[in-house]
Amino acid sequence: MEKLEFKFPSQALLAAAPPALCGVVGSGNLEILVRSGVDRQICEISVNTSARGFGETWRAVLATFAASQAVGGTSIAINDMGATPAVVSLRLAQALADYRGGAQ
Amino acid sequence: MSLSIRHSWFEATARQRLAGLLDPGSFCEFLPPAVAQPSPHLAQLDLPGAFDDGVVVGAGQLGSRQVLVAAQEGQFMGGAVGEIHGAKIVGLLRRAVAERPAAVLFLIDSGGVRLHEANAGLIAISEIMRAVLDARAAGVPVVALVGGSCGAFGGMGIVAKLCSAVVMSEEGRLALSGPEVIETVAGVEEFDAKDRALVWRVTGGKHRYLMDDCAALVDDDIAAFRRGSIELLDDWQETPDTLARLRAKQARLQGRLSAYGRCRDGLEIWAALGISEPERVPLLDCDELIALKEGLPT
Amino acid sequence: MTLNTILDALFPAGHAVAVANQVLAGEAQTALGPVAVLGTTDAAAIDHAMALALAGTVLDTVEQHPGRPLVFLVDTSGQALSRSQELLCLNGSLAHLASCVDFARRQGHPSLALVTANAVSGGFLSFGLMADQAYALADAQVRVMDLRAMARVTKIAYERLVELAASSPIFAPGAASYQKMGAIAAIWPAPSATLLLDALRDIAQARGAGDQRQSLATTRGGRQLAAGVSRQVEHAVGAG
Repeated sequence: MEKLEFKFPSQALLAAAPPALCGVVGSGNLEILVRSGVDRQICEISVNTSARGFGETWRAVLATFAASQAVGGTSIAINDMGATPAVVSLRLAQALADYRGGAQ
Repeated sequence: MSLSIRHSWFEATARQRLAGLLDPGSFCEFLPPAVAQPSPHLAQLDLPGAFDDGVVVGAGQLGSRQVLVAAQEGQFMGGAVGEIHGAKIVGLLRRAVAERPAAVLFLIDSGGVRLHEANAGLIAISEIMRAVLDARAAGVPVVALVGGSCGAFGGMGIVAKLCSAVVMSEEGRLALSGPEVIETVAGVEEFDAKDRALVWRVTGGKHRYLMDDCAALVDDDIAAFRRGSIELLDDWQETPDTLARLRAKQARLQGRLSAYGRCRDGLEIWAALGISEPERVPLLDCDELIALKEGLPT
Repeated sequence: MTLNTILDALFPAGHAVAVANQVLAGEAQTALGPVAVLGTTDAAAIDHAMALALAGTVLDTVEQHPGRPLVFLVDTSGQALSRSQELLCLNGSLAHLASCVDFARRQGHPSLALVTANAVSGGFLSFGLMADQAYALADAQVRVMDLRAMARVTKIAYERLVELAASSPIFAPGAASYQKMGAIAAIWPAPSATLLLDALRDIAQARGAGDQRQSLATTRGGRQLAAGVSRQVEHAVGAG
């Protein structure tokens, strides 16, 4: 298992919301928990992944997410059981949609 | 049969099952992911945990009845019971004794003990067994819903049978040892775990329903599990065990052991039950099978 | 240790226990009065017939001897592994046995289990772990699975499991782990009438206290989380 921590600058998400969970820690899958964070301009992401040595892949996928979406002010925690980058991106989008939905 | 789109129970996650089972918007989770901690024992073995440790517990409403619910996530570690997972279920059942909800719904999807936390898992299952019986003794029905990809095996198979009633789908499986375990220990001649049809004829919902090991058979559809649970609770009166009732159960189990103890395939038992074309049983849909059972000599 | 050696040591005042199909049933004399003796021997793999025989003895005791203590001698290698057993829902018969032991408790029968040799998974769950208190002889094997099989199933290196087992009662096989985890009250160096009497007295005194294994595990440092997590769920304030 590998534990990764990232901080990305990101446009501030307007409203804080109750925590949202998406996905399951099953083979080739992951769960993503989105919570409100501390710094409104920063998206903090921590990852626990079963696959070692993919730190740079994670950084690339997560940086793209934080740059393309307004997720400043969120703290995201991920438990991963070997999901592909495509699955990670899909779940991030779902988790964010759930989180935004909860804010309404 | 309804033409509306089915939402497969088998394919759904624990959270999706709860969302469709309970009255919309009524679910409230206890110890939700944001305040929970994943299993430190898995981390010690270098495995990622899940925030809810593979089981979702909380309160909600079912057809306006106040219920407590526990739903195991079969996709995480096979729904297996570890220290935190087990303790959440035990806490929920103890809450039921104090709170007296209309029922506890137990969405079982589990291979039993989580081997990575073997001793904690086994003891937790023992605590769940006692807590289920405590809730029932307090007059709270505990209903097991079995239709997930991991079925109800090992200690969770025992727990399911300690519940007031079991609601199953055809896809659900309910047994003690998994076919893979039996094949590994006793050989492929004893049990070919890859023979899916055989596995279902021995452990599947239809066989369990025909043998009265589950109270209701429903389609693999979240709405069907909801209807089945509501119908079951409509007629249910939880009454404490008595000597006479346990004696009657003992006699029934002994009777069928002498009658069918040598059978090795559902087909043999179904024929002995008086079903004229047992080989057609796997082809019947849920309603047809229920009608078939109702027509059997008692 | 043979069954008779164990029975003689536990019940010097006399015992009449029959063995059929690896299942024990009978009674014995103690300073506290007669007790029912039941259980399994020779590492029995519990099947329908054994579970029903045990359940029958429990029900007979409830019917004929109200309040009489139940002493289970546990020697089980687990459950019978066969297709015909599963076809008749073996988990159902084990559940029936467990509910009979629980029924006896509610009817005022104190119960005690002593693991004499082996206590493994399903067999242990269905009666030994259902007793008010479980004890184990010092050389008893108590486990879910041995470490080699566990390594195979979990795909974790055997050496790593051995290393962790040295410090973690969470999965290390053995009666000592189960004691730390709260499921075994005490380990007895040898079968002893004195220890049995003390245990029966303790159980009688603790009657009605409910399942104390989680809090025992906290005190003994075996399970640090279980009691707290259960309490949190039991008392959580619903947000809905």
